[in-house]
Amino acid sequence: MDLLEFARGPAMQWALILLVLGTCWRIAGIVFLKRKPDLSEPRSHGQMAGALRTIFSRSVPARAFRSRVLYSNLLGYTFHIGLAIVVFAYQPHILWFESILGFQWPALPNAVISVAAVVTLFSLVALLVKRLTSPVLRLISNFDDYFSWAVTVAPLVTGLMAVADVGFGLRYETLLAVHLLSVWLLFAWLPFGKLGHAFLVFLSRGTTGALFARRGART
Amino acid sequence: MHQGKTPETLGEELRRRGMSRRTFLKFCAAVASSMALPATMAPVMAEALAKARRQSVIWLSFQECTGCVESLTRSYAPTLESLIFDFISLDYQHALQAAAGHQAEEAREAAMKEHWGKYLVIVDGSIPLKDGGVYSTVAGETNLDTLRHVAEGAAALISVGTCAAYGGLPKAHPNPTGAAAVTDIIKDKPVINVPGCPPIPEVMTGVIANFLTFGRLPEMDALHRPIAFFGDTIHDRCYRRPFYRRGQFAKRFDDEGARNGWCLYELGCKGPVVHNACATTKWNQNLTFPIQSGHGCIGCSEPDFWDKGSFYAPLSTGRWGSAEGIALAAAVGTTVGIGSALLSRARQSDIIRKG
Ligand code: HEM
Ligand code: SF4
Ligand code: SF4
Repeated sequence: MDLLEFARGPAMQWALILLVLGTCWRIAGIVFLKRKPDLSEPRSHGQMAGALRTIFSRSVPARAFRSRVLYSNLLGYTFHIGLAIVVFAYQPHILWFESILGFQWPALPNAVISVAAVVTLFSLVALLVKRLTSPVLRLISNFDDYFSWAVTVAPLVTGLMAVADVGFGLRYETLLAVHLLSVWLLFAWLPFGKLGHAFLVFLSRGTTGALFARRGART
Repeated sequence: MHQGKTPETLGEELRRRGMSRRTFLKFCAAVASSMALPATMAPVMAEALAKARRQSVIWLSFQECTGCVESLTRSYAPTLESLIFDFISLDYQHALQAAAGHQAEEAREAAMKEHWGKYLVIVDGSIPLKDGGVYSTVAGETNLDTLRHVAEGAAALISVGTCAAYGGLPKAHPNPTGAAAVTDIIKDKPVINVPGCPPIPEVMTGVIANFLTFGRLPEMDALHRPIAFFGDTIHDRCYRRPFYRRGQFAKRFDDEGARNGWCLYELGCKGPVVHNACATTKWNQNLTFPIQSGHGCIGCSEPDFWDKGSFYAPLSTGRWGSAEGIALAAAVGTTVGIGSALLSRARQSDIIRKG
């Protein structure tokens, strides 16, 4: 079995197993936790509405903080959208999803994907620079932050390298295999570290929203 | 294969056939450029080739379909390439030689003795190893024994076709005969692979011309293939590449995209990961190649191409095996999650009780 076959077969299966296992574990582990008994009189009963509202309202920075977080917010948006374009609008990727889901959707031209990938990469680098240069951010960053950054950047770099066929002597199949392996590393790590926010963000925001609504705070 | 008096050198043979020096030089220039040799090598090559003596070749056919021999010998009307092929002294070849029965084996032994240490061995077909190699024998001898015996006095070996190079179709899952490649068995001699199902005739003659000129095999990649012909992927040199770049893919063999010559990636083309010279050397006298005829590359020059999923599944299709692993993962994950939640519930209650 060559590296590409290994990446396509067993490596992919194990990465997905870890992804599914970790995701189920994290979600079940939180959902079945005991709620802290809240003995106060509820100020409002619109807790579900509050939860839903907060999931969206937290996507926009509060006015008071707007100027201070503008830089990282803009970069954050740029790279999340860029990542979504690269992952979900690139034809080879769509065909991979089709092999799981059984259906496909329209793709964007490769040139658009390449631009999106480069922009995404630069925003991620800029965010790392900010993390390293801001004393506060640096203080609260741990291994998880840096590792999660690295496994997100790796598929972008390896994907671009494969498409541009610059492998410093490595052949295209090897580059492709390295790209796939870097993606599987991302998948395998995703549920266990801070990248878990990809699915936990809705749980945590919803919980906060419900709590705020109950207490009559703005959601 | 030659009757009557045979000329001593290739130069003599060409003159006898009325081939002009100019045509010959042109051929050498073509071979040189196809092998990525500098143009200045062409006259050197011509000189060396003209002086080249008949090369004794022993051709061993094992578990094969004769498609490779067909590709190489029936390619087209006589050209210089086929002349070179005629010029070698094919001292043993089942399908082509006149001698039959024990005479054939005797001719082989005689050629081996006469050219010991200098003859070339060409192999097509894979070698069965299972059950002592009984699944393919010639004149009562297993292919494995024949290969070991004949390789002993060889200067070099050329594995022609994907079966000899990597095991090929006989090795396809579940490989009932334990089919193996020449390189799995012969470790102490230079072996070059010319894979393909079948291989391109010009690649074959290029390798032989190289051997006749320089007395050794050309530069090879990690899979023992001549880099000059297998250095690029089909995709690297495919004329449909601009459509790939623009994301214009044919979705069916008869849709508008297919008629417009769009990229065949979605229809299963394996070109991006296949090394062969089809897109440049092409087939049928440089006329066309499979992608040009509207079918994706199936990767016939790569190891185990039979077992790498459907020829019509897009390259980026994952190999799932089964969904059970995932289902199990979901079950285990949920259980572990509930378990850890219950544990912390117990701890929470404990804390609450203690106040
Ligand atoms: C975080 C970002 C990325 C993720 C999560 C990702 C994910 C994937 C996945 C799941 C596959 C399919 C696996 C397979 O072939 O079996 C794949 C293949 C591929 N990706 Fe990415 N990718 C990313 C970024 C990129 C980028 C930036 C590029 C280049 C523009 C790229 C180019 C490719 C190519 C060319 C293939 C292979 C198609 C083939 O098999 O021929 N990827 N990627
Ligand atoms: S047809 Fe095949 S080899 Fe040609 S560009 Fe498309 S994927 Fe590449
Ligand atoms: S295009 Fe691909 S499958 Fe077809 S002959 Fe060439 S290497 Fe083999």
